[in-house]
Amino acid sequence: MIKFENASKFYGDVAAISQLDLDIQPGELVALIGPSGSGKSTALKMVNRMVELDHGRILFKNQDITRFNLQDLRRRMGYAIQSVGLFPHRTVAHNIATVPRLLGWEADRVRARVTELMNMLSMDPDHYAGRYPHQLSGGQQQRVGVARALAADPDVLLMDEPFGALDPVTRAALQRALKAIHRATGKTILFVTHDLDEALLLASRIVLLNNGRLVQVGTPLELLQQPANDFVGDFLGRADLGLKQLSLQPVAHYLKPLAGPAPAYLIPSTATAREAISCMAEQHVSSLRVADANGNIIGQVSAPDLLANNHV
Amino acid sequence: MSDWPVRPPLTPRGGAKTLSACVVLVLLLAYGLPHSERVFSTLFPDLSRPVYLQEPMADLLWQHMGLVLVSSATAVVVGTAAAFFTTTIPGRAFKPLIDMLATLGQTFPPVAVLAVAVPVVGFGELPAFLALAIFGVLPVLQGTLAGLASIPTPVLDSAHAMGMTPRQRLTEVQMPLAFPLWLAGVRTSVIVNIGTAALASTVGAKTLGLPIIVGLSGFNTAYVLQGAVVLGMLAIAADLAFDQLALRFDRSAA
Repeated sequence: MIKFENASKFYGDVAAISQLDLDIQPGELVALIGPSGSGKSTALKMVNRMVELDHGRILFKNQDITRFNLQDLRRRMGYAIQSVGLFPHRTVAHNIATVPRLLGWEADRVRARVTELMNMLSMDPDHYAGRYPHQLSGGQQQRVGVARALAADPDVLLMDEPFGALDPVTRAALQRALKAIHRATGKTILFVTHDLDEALLLASRIVLLNNGRLVQVGTPLELLQQPANDFVGDFLGRADLGLKQLSLQPVAHYLKPLAGPAPAYLIPSTATAREAISCMAEQHVSSLRVADANGNIIGQVSAPDLLANNHV
Repeated sequence: MSDWPVRPPLTPRGGAKTLSACVVLVLLLAYGLPHSERVFSTLFPDLSRPVYLQEPMADLLWQHMGLVLVSSATAVVVGTAAAFFTTTIPGRAFKPLIDMLATLGQTFPPVAVLAVAVPVVGFGELPAFLALAIFGVLPVLQGTLAGLASIPTPVLDSAHAMGMTPRQRLTEVQMPLAFPLWLAGVRTSVIVNIGTAALASTVGAKTLGLPIIVGLSGFNTAYVLQGAVVLGMLAIAADLAFDQLALRFDRSAA
């Protein structure tokens, strides 16, 4: 879907992005991550030519991005940023409708799409469609920003630290919403974050950059289990690498049938292995009962199992 | 639709009524003053001719407004165009020059511009028009520049990233968002011009300044008062009209 080929960008003599090679498949949710100044935002902006690259090339659907009409290219790529950038003089509905209107959709189709997206992002259209951005909370604004990016059903969604400015609760809600959208639509999503936990939670692949160079690409588990070098290990937080690995595993993977006396404490099957370990440490027990969504006990997990095998 | 608290209006409730009252008052004064001999002979018993009748006050009002309208419209067009020009890539280099010229236009007292213009273009409306138009550019230019600068960078970035063409960015984002500060600049320009246009009577333009100047040179306080009252009310009415205009477009104050 998107392919960087030896792509470089210089600001003066300094390489913001240096010889980046990266192939993003349709339907992937790729996180660009790295310390500040690593070039992750620059790499993202090169895709829709908000930043023009100096060397190499970037392919979109196997075609060089410079061969597209600039406006066409951008209208086929949704774009959401941390500061949202909603148009303050336009209502929520009008903001979401921006790209469909640029594309000349008919009014009925635009209205239907806006309603669909607002429902998808849990914003009641009757209540919010006519409001102006300054009448919304930060989290609601970002929901509108994401809806606007998705409006014209773009091939690719580009997100530049979209949830960086939100409080933890709102951020978690939007992360769940994004994950649900990705599952439901299968969109190719490229997003920049400096938040490792966000990348581990959302990404199907993580691209770690440092000083404009690619350091390691892989699934979250690959990065945690086989960090390519010391920088990766440090960046991932060496001290809790193990816990982070556990956080990628649902507790359901370690489920065993109930045997012997039932453990006193309960954990939902959707919890992660990390949450199970944390619960055990808190309650001073070494096993927990596991309940499914309906509250039925479906088995148990024990500490030795959780710790013995991270590779299920 | 929204049950959120709405920003308080710029003027107290009933601003539209105050405006209508002011407009009616200006018209009443302009058409009624020539028939107010009795009032002014009581107020100024020493004056043999206490009411200004050389020109109908209403004609002076309309000519005054015409002069302001034409000169301010010119100033608005020039000031706005110059400001937008400085935001284009070829125009960026001219910003200091344009700033300097506009400031220069504001620095020269309009009386001086009038005095310099007369030998060049003669007496009458033309030097008045030139002086007022030049004098009115700066507030418009500054208002437009401030309006354009007030647009948050992420909003412009979004407009780019959504795939808006330069023309769409201009008409759909920059112009509506710069509008409130642009309007404030136009307002300053027009209000100042209403006052300054009175001076144009010194070079032969017929404006509401005529009774004032004639009155001052002939020690006729009643003339001065009559001209000043109409002029003052006109300025207040214009200001209130801009209030209403700003209110009407104030849909999305951030």
